[in-house]
Amino acid sequence: MAEIQIRNVAKRFGSYQALHDINLTIADQEFMVLLGASGCGKSTLLRIIAGLETQTTGEVWIGGRRIDHLPPKDRGIAMVFQNYAVFPHLTVFENIGFGLRMQKLRNDEVTRRVTRTAELMHIEQLLTRYSGELSGGQRQRVAVARALAMEPDVILMDEPLSNLDALLRLEMRAELKGVLAESNTTAIYVTHDQVEAMSLADRISVMHQGRIVQAASPVEVYRDPAERFVAGFIGNPPMNFLPASNHGNGRWAVADQVFAGPDVSAAALEFAIRPEDLRPADDGLEARVRLVEPLGAHLLLTCDVAGTMFRAILDSDMTVRAGDQLKLAAMPDRIRWFDPDTSLSVPTAA
Amino acid sequence: MNARLLPYVLILPVTLFLCLFFLYPFVLVAAQAFGGSDGLSLDNFRDVVSYWKFPISLKNTMLLAALVVPVQLALALLMATMVNRMKKGRDLVLYIWTIPLGISDLAAGIIWLAIFEQSGFLNSMMTGLGLAEGPVNFLSYQNPGLVFLAIALAEIWRATAIMLVILVAGIGLIPKEYYEAAEVFGASPWQRFLRVTLPMLRPSLQTALILRVVLAFEVFAVVAALGGTLLPVLMGEIYAYQFDLQNGGAAAAMALIVLGISIVFTLIILRVLRVPKGATI
Repeated sequence: MAEIQIRNVAKRFGSYQALHDINLTIADQEFMVLLGASGCGKSTLLRIIAGLETQTTGEVWIGGRRIDHLPPKDRGIAMVFQNYAVFPHLTVFENIGFGLRMQKLRNDEVTRRVTRTAELMHIEQLLTRYSGELSGGQRQRVAVARALAMEPDVILMDEPLSNLDALLRLEMRAELKGVLAESNTTAIYVTHDQVEAMSLADRISVMHQGRIVQAASPVEVYRDPAERFVAGFIGNPPMNFLPASNHGNGRWAVADQVFAGPDVSAAALEFAIRPEDLRPADDGLEARVRLVEPLGAHLLLTCDVAGTMFRAILDSDMTVRAGDQLKLAAMPDRIRWFDPDTSLSVPTAA
Repeated sequence: MNARLLPYVLILPVTLFLCLFFLYPFVLVAAQAFGGSDGLSLDNFRDVVSYWKFPISLKNTMLLAALVVPVQLALALLMATMVNRMKKGRDLVLYIWTIPLGISDLAAGIIWLAIFEQSGFLNSMMTGLGLAEGPVNFLSYQNPGLVFLAIALAEIWRATAIMLVILVAGIGLIPKEYYEAAEVFGASPWQRFLRVTLPMLRPSLQTALILRVVLAFEVFAVVAALGGTLLPVLMGEIYAYQFDLQNGGAAAAMALIVLGISIVFTLIILRVLRVPKGATI
């Protein structure tokens, strides 16, 4: 059992507050992705869990044991680094067996575990090579195998795929997910790539300016962003926003249209809708098309709605040209509302 | 200018310089060493090797190198590791540690002579503290061991920094991620030094050791200042042949012997510290 609990963890670098009061529980064998733009604190949080960085305040627990005062080797973790950190002076075999040698395991046990993990990562034919003789993808496999060979409770990954080319990244992503699911370890995976996060995660923690703004399943993060930041960060293109003013009785005026929304007393809210949740209709938001980008299956339209940039993804059998006037209807159950003051999501349901 | 010729044109001046001031004198020295009354001969070598002082000076030179170089290597590694960990004042410490590099070896010898001689600092201090009755002559023929130690100490003081600067540069090039990986996978600080720093420092260690070992075989001025003729070394013998005995042939032969020893040790160091085939550091 390796449930991870992060309790009130904060980190300061001099006068810079890198992490503010982080609280997060990661279930045993869960695949948790820390997602955020660079500088949001996701790597710092991972390094605190690894023991490469010390938190200013707070506690880290793994499997019911407080581990934040222990050296990395006593935390039951293994790590995959962004630049792989595969030792250039050791063979692939000795790289994978590095941690096992440090544990002073018997030779036959080291050989058994190295061979098994190498087979798992399909690099058994590379065991006598040096890292300089490997491709980026192969080095990545060695780095993952080295972590798996430790049979850790928790495996930590810091942007492990970001140095691979697009095709290889896709391949490794699928493989990583399979291998980790079989290994029964809890995984924490840091990335700035939301597609990677969506495809790998059981749960995503979206981080922004040293805070976790939402920790939820990929679908929930996508469908029900807890904050305006998440709505504007997740999705490519992200959600569209329009100002809404209170029309009374839970009705809201948005660009000359009236929508049913939350029954609150605020004077103004923000209306949000995903580009793919818009349909051309006889009645809807008045949009002037400014740019049409055919994406194969879809058309990506960049429009102007009440002076605000608005994106819509429509079926590619439509004929639309730049300059056209369109009416776009929003699917009612996909509309989300945000409080412009707190940036928090305002639920519609009474 | 033809782009294919340009590199050769650019290295031409230095090539000419080396040919004129290094290769040409070297050929002359070799000719002198192997020259005899009737053409090529090994007479000079036979003479210098069979001279009674040769084994003594060879032994002294080797013993000095064997004591000085490992101590310097250990010190330089320790100092380089310390400097590398420093966040503030790193450059200042490095400058201070490398001051001895800027002092000529004879001057260094004289500094240490001022410490060890009969009216030197060490004697005044010991007398002042009541540790000695009167001045002691440390550097006399009665204390060959002390003379040897004083020379070794002066050499260590003088030339550790040359290894230090090479090793500091080398350690600075090792990416931090390797240390973090080693730490996560359970290596203690000492194991990280043995299993990450040392192997990844091999190219710098090669350079530093070759430079230092070759210089150790050429030790002369410090020995002359502190030991005079009490501790014969190879370079001192070359000097004696050339200037006291006016025997250029013998001096040339000795010089070639020192060169031969240096080459052998360079090859040994290159072999021992070689990077395994296929590994890239």
